[in-house]
Amino acid sequence: MAKQMPKRSLEKVGLSVTGACVALVTLVVVALIVMVAQRGLSTFIKDGVDVLNFFTGTVWNLAVTDEATGLPFTGALPLIVTSFAVTIISTVIALPIAIGSAIYVVEIQPKFGQKYFQPLIELLVGIPSVVFGLIGFHVIVSAVRAIFNVEMGLGILPGSIVLALMILPTITTLSIDALRAVPDSYRQGSLALGYTRWQTIWHVVLKSATPSLMTAVILGMTRAFGETLAVRMVIGGVEAMPTSLIDSASTITTTLTTSMAVYATGSVQNDALWTLGLLLMGMSLFFILIIHLIGAKGAKSRG
Amino acid sequence: MANATAPAQDARIKRSMRNDKIATGILTVIVAIVMAIVVSMVVYILFQGVGQLFQPGFLTEASRSNGTEGGIAYQLFDSFYLLVLTLIISVPISLFAAVFLVEYAPDGPVTKIASTAIETLSSLPSIVVGMFGFLMFSVNFGWGYSLISGAIALTMFNIPILTRVITQALEDVPASQRDACLAMGLTRWETTIHVLIPAAMPAIVTGVVLSAGRVFGEAAALLFTSGMSSPARLNFLSLNFASPTCAWNIFRPGESLAVHIYKIYGEGSPEAQHIVWGTAAILMICVLLFNVLSRIAGKALARRMTAE
Amino acid sequence: MLDFNCSRRQFLGIFGGAAAVAGLGLAGCGGETGGTAAGSAGGSSTLTGTVTYDGASSFQALVEAAAEQFMAENPDVSITGSGNGSGTGLTAVADGTVTIGNSDVFAETKLDADQAATLVDHEVAVVGMGPVVSLNVTVDDLSLDQLKGIFSGEITNWSEVGGEDAEIHVLNRKSGSGTRATFEAAVFGAGAEESTFKGDAELDKSGDVQTQMGSTDNAISYLDFSHFDETKFKAIKVNGVDPTDENVTDNSFPIWATEHMYCQEDADEVTVAFLEYMLSDDVQGSLVEEQGFIPVSSMTVVKDAEGNVTEK
Repeated sequence: MAKQMPKRSLEKVGLSVTGACVALVTLVVVALIVMVAQRGLSTFIKDGVDVLNFFTGTVWNLAVTDEATGLPFTGALPLIVTSFAVTIISTVIALPIAIGSAIYVVEIQPKFGQKYFQPLIELLVGIPSVVFGLIGFHVIVSAVRAIFNVEMGLGILPGSIVLALMILPTITTLSIDALRAVPDSYRQGSLALGYTRWQTIWHVVLKSATPSLMTAVILGMTRAFGETLAVRMVIGGVEAMPTSLIDSASTITTTLTTSMAVYATGSVQNDALWTLGLLLMGMSLFFILIIHLIGAKGAKSRG
Repeated sequence: MANATAPAQDARIKRSMRNDKIATGILTVIVAIVMAIVVSMVVYILFQGVGQLFQPGFLTEASRSNGTEGGIAYQLFDSFYLLVLTLIISVPISLFAAVFLVEYAPDGPVTKIASTAIETLSSLPSIVVGMFGFLMFSVNFGWGYSLISGAIALTMFNIPILTRVITQALEDVPASQRDACLAMGLTRWETTIHVLIPAAMPAIVTGVVLSAGRVFGEAAALLFTSGMSSPARLNFLSLNFASPTCAWNIFRPGESLAVHIYKIYGEGSPEAQHIVWGTAAILMICVLLFNVLSRIAGKALARRMTAE
Repeated sequence: MLDFNCSRRQFLGIFGGAAAVAGLGLAGCGGETGGTAAGSAGGSSTLTGTVTYDGASSFQALVEAAAEQFMAENPDVSITGSGNGSGTGLTAVADGTVTIGNSDVFAETKLDADQAATLVDHEVAVVGMGPVVSLNVTVDDLSLDQLKGIFSGEITNWSEVGGEDAEIHVLNRKSGSGTRATFEAAVFGAGAEESTFKGDAELDKSGDVQTQMGSTDNAISYLDFSHFDETKFKAIKVNGVDPTDENVTDNSFPIWATEHMYCQEDADEVTVAFLEYMLSDDVQGSLVEEQGFIPVSSMTVVKDAEGNVTEK
């Protein structure tokens, strides 16, 4: 039956079926962005929450009404600070380890890297985030209790350690690709000039791979910023300005998980939570933008 | 003059050599630590949980007391069912989207907009996808907590991964094959269906199975879409798809293994802890299986293709 | 041969496309199917349908036990749910994502008045809630004023309330929690807003509190009586009164809550049947006490939505 179809209409079918799929995906993304933006912005437009207060206020308590405004306390600064704190600390922990491993498997032991290290690190990618959280809850929190001699052991530090473990494979894998993409002629040139292997790596290979390495780091940070459940399991969940790394705190994502279903759609509290969602979305778009800027500026990343 | 600088140069060379050795040493230690961490994590989970897998009823009974007693049979089934539903929706969409992007509109504004959209989707935190799914499907469409809401949320999570893999696979097919087909008078659609997709099949299958592993362990997007509970009993023989006890009913709530772990990780009773670790172990084993399977399937397909 | 191959693949291609379209179509019209499935599935004498609930974790065990019995009697009914906190349950039932919302508190305290007005209340049990402390804490009696000081952050050391010199670690529940709302209403006075003091952690469920209390020294938290576990922590007296069921029935132990199960006014047949079952003798006669709760009938006092307690 299909065989008798003239070629031109066959081509049209192909074009329209595939085009429809692309259109559908694009439409869904646009719908998502519009919906999150609309719900998130209605906190300010419809409910009359002050934008400045939202981003600089330090009290987040949806259950309590602020006498001054008649609205719940929606100062999101503690959540924003905590989110950035766990993202940055986890990146600082993971970065040297990830790039160090990448250098080792690309420059020093390529065969070992390809055969053993990479499959192993890919295995780490596959471990679900709740399992990381579970290990964090049992192992890392206990370790923090023992080391710092505190009662709870929940907070930003255990959260960052768990996140560091989770973004390690992302950064490592991308760094390996980045280093592999450096042409061998660079290395040979450097070695021929009498540089040692380490000097070659430090001055030549890393330097020429810098844009791709930065992309790797930012992708890792994107994952850390958006990660939810693993962090929730070890951070304690107190929505207040963090005063130390081992005191209970709450990130944007963990607040969303615990509060989202509590407040009815359309309420001020619910809108405020959507604003947090909008903030998360905005941050991930911002991270993408940076990656594009790096890509446009320096060596073209792998894609 | 040459004599005067010689010792200094010697020292510098020596220092360089020593630095080289130190750096190599440090890197070796780092790699050893990373490998030790990965291995000990996997071993720890399996050590804690594998014993539970052999408890009678753990894999075959429904959970009781909010998951703190009984087994995880329905969670296990729901996880796989969600995965299958997700793949049924996401594979064709991703496949055709990739074909469009590679074959029909290689460069231009359409491709640019579409790939930006897909990239955006891939970078969104899964909790945001979950919130959107909750509002759109569970509330606005009135599906409540249901497997189909969850599957669509997971689809949104899966499409960017799959599209990227398939696009890559199609692009890797040599241009000569494409040219040969077009020269023979085949349309682009025929070329794609008969030549390109079969040629890219090993890479596609590997990608699909790998993405399955990601989907299988996802939890944040499911909390508000498919819910945090499984029906107390399911009838696998029922073909009445509207029945709430029919296992295949896509409008019933369901709970994946990952969500189950999140639900009961804090419960203190020893039995609940055994269940948590057992669930983590089975989740790990499934994900590892997907990992291994994707390699085997990709290799096997590639071998068959080249043998032809 | 080649021709056959071609057309088969062609067919597969088109079929794939059709499947994708069909998948979307199915998704599109699914709402209605779901509606009828959940709605008026019944018809004949046998009850069929699905009941979903969400809400308070404090009395979820009771609902689950009753659901097991109910399903044993009605094989075509499926009852399923989880315990994510009273606030979640009330919101979910008002939004229609579940058919029953379980709550430790009156719907009016968590929802808008007009939203709460569409819900029908079923009071299924009463449960006492009391402060619990770590096993190493020597204090075994606290007054309401002392509790108020501790949970508002004014008292921070056990020595201030007659214990050893150690910092007090306050484990709170999340703000959607009905246990927290009940406890704070009793401690801070009826109608008071929730405290802005956050404590050392905010936990999601009663089970999480049990776990954390078991592994933390110098901590204080609060739980309903059915979650008391002497091996992990101790329940203490309030104003010199023991936390027992007898003391709750006449309000001499002041912290207790009525367990509510809410459904929509136009709830379907099977939801209504299950709620009636919850209030019947099958549950009230035995199951309630077995699970560690107090039947509503044995109370000599009642509490209204504002928290005022009056003689029956």
